[in-house]
Amino acid sequence: MDNLIGVYTIWYRDVLRFWYDKARMFSALLFPIFFLAIFGSGLQRSIGMMAGGVDFIQFMYPGIIAISVLMGSFMSGVSIVWDREYGFLKEVLVAPISRVSVAVGRTLGSATVATIQGIMILVLAPFVKVSLSVGMVLALLPLMFLLAASMGSLGILLASRIKSTEAFQAIMQMLMFPMMFLSGVFFPMQDLPAWMSFIVKINPASYGVAAIRQVVLGTPPESPFSIYLFGHAVTIWENIMIMAAFGVIMTILAMWSFGRQE
Amino acid sequence: MSEHIIEVKNLVKKYGQLTAVDDISFNVNQGEIFGFLGPNGAGKTTTINILCTLARPTSGQATLNGFDVVRQQNQVRHSIGLVFQDSSLDDRLTGMHNLRFHAMVYHVPASEREKRIEHVLKMVDLWDKRNKFVRTYSGGMKRRLELARGLLHYPKVLFLDEPTLGLDPQTRNHIWEYVLELQKREGTTVFLTTHYMDEAEKATRIAIIDRGKLVAMDTPLKLKRMVGKDIITVRTDDNTGAAEAIRSRYQTEVRHDGDHLAFAVENGEEFLPGFIKESGLEITSISLRRPTLEDVFLKLTGREIREEEVGDSIKEHMRSRGGRMPH
Repeated sequence: MDNLIGVYTIWYRDVLRFWYDKARMFSALLFPIFFLAIFGSGLQRSIGMMAGGVDFIQFMYPGIIAISVLMGSFMSGVSIVWDREYGFLKEVLVAPISRVSVAVGRTLGSATVATIQGIMILVLAPFVKVSLSVGMVLALLPLMFLLAASMGSLGILLASRIKSTEAFQAIMQMLMFPMMFLSGVFFPMQDLPAWMSFIVKINPASYGVAAIRQVVLGTPPESPFSIYLFGHAVTIWENIMIMAAFGVIMTILAMWSFGRQE
Repeated sequence: MSEHIIEVKNLVKKYGQLTAVDDISFNVNQGEIFGFLGPNGAGKTTTINILCTLARPTSGQATLNGFDVVRQQNQVRHSIGLVFQDSSLDDRLTGMHNLRFHAMVYHVPASEREKRIEHVLKMVDLWDKRNKFVRTYSGGMKRRLELARGLLHYPKVLFLDEPTLGLDPQTRNHIWEYVLELQKREGTTVFLTTHYMDEAEKATRIAIIDRGKLVAMDTPLKLKRMVGKDIITVRTDDNTGAAEAIRSRYQTEVRHDGDHLAFAVENGEEFLPGFIKESGLEITSISLRRPTLEDVFLKLTGREIREEEVGDSIKEHMRSRGGRMPH
């Protein structure tokens, strides 16, 4: 019970902070919209129609949803490092709640915030001529949350080990950009050079992008947009399983690492 | 259960090669103000961190409110309130949010929450500012908010780690008024670290710590007595004659110090009234200087406690505040 209250309180603070931080809310929207507008408009004509009668903006749009969730979820780690820097982490660590509930509350909090950021991108669907049904939105919510939670726990794991803000930001950027650009957001998985294809396949975010795209564009598993592992097209449920497995491993490691520190 | 609210036995904390706390033992009584005095790096903060479960001892034992600080962390955490050297507030939220967050994690019952928050905020004169974001608060206001937060869950022991470092004298006095009032009214035990001498004087008992070792522990008065007698400085119309008279009457060494005479006596405060009445000297000015805790520290360790050490720590403090990137 104590731990549940702890998780809730940590979660509540994250959401509250996001709510009061209008600048962060705005900038979280801005970046994905830039991608959509600049890459979309710039490459739309030269690329033309893609498989299944989808144009480039429509192809990219689900990936942009995933990117905004991804960026939001990385905040979980960043905010732990900030909390350490600004001292608030001490208030949290000395409170009568377990380290595990701190880590879990943090993961859920940033996943909630990241999902809200994803929802804000969903509102753009009519502008890119993608029609979303209520059913699709309901399917996307848990997908976005899962992607955010599994990526967020990676951030928390790193934050529990890396103490300086500068080092953390450097490492985050080193991780975030490849994860964003090599996740199949901007190009289909077909005909990639072998090294690139390999990186996309070991990038856990790719499976989130693929799952969200399968829902938004309604593509069948055997589509050129799917990820092929050993000749097998990964289905939406398999995507979910891979993300969940990654998330569970990261969360366990994060809880363990967080629980150990002084 | 014993009457000691804190019991520390043979506590050792090593960081690699460095021994930060070197086999110290002491007890703190219920309801007293216990002062930890020593220069930076003496092991004060490390000891506090162990007592409030932020660090694990390398060896030795410590209990707080009857709970073991290693094995019963949650109970210990429920029993304590903390005001740290550095701010530990969430400055992106309001004062009110900070206190609500604290009340929730410390299980202050929902029915009492708002009432208690109002009470502590009014006590530190921040009720009017409750809905302002903490980042707009001044340094003194932040410290007062931390104090209010530390008291919110009625802790048995309130830890104040350099509670007034870097604050102006007026704010320091203010904070002390709150602390003393609280200690009197609620019987809260206060565990204080400081290197301000005047602050250490407010303690019921003081432990002097140097290089991880406890070098003395007693009431401020007794510690100062340990150093020696009080110094009386006097000026008269005829210093040479007066010096002779004092020497023969009180059997004490008299020193000429410019146009003053200086001599040492026991219990200077009780000595003075009689001296003025009975000596028959034409006294034009007289003063009494008592040994300070500074003198005690100097005598015990052979070093000054303040000087550059305090200066450095404040500079360090300012730098670490000012040098931070906005987020």
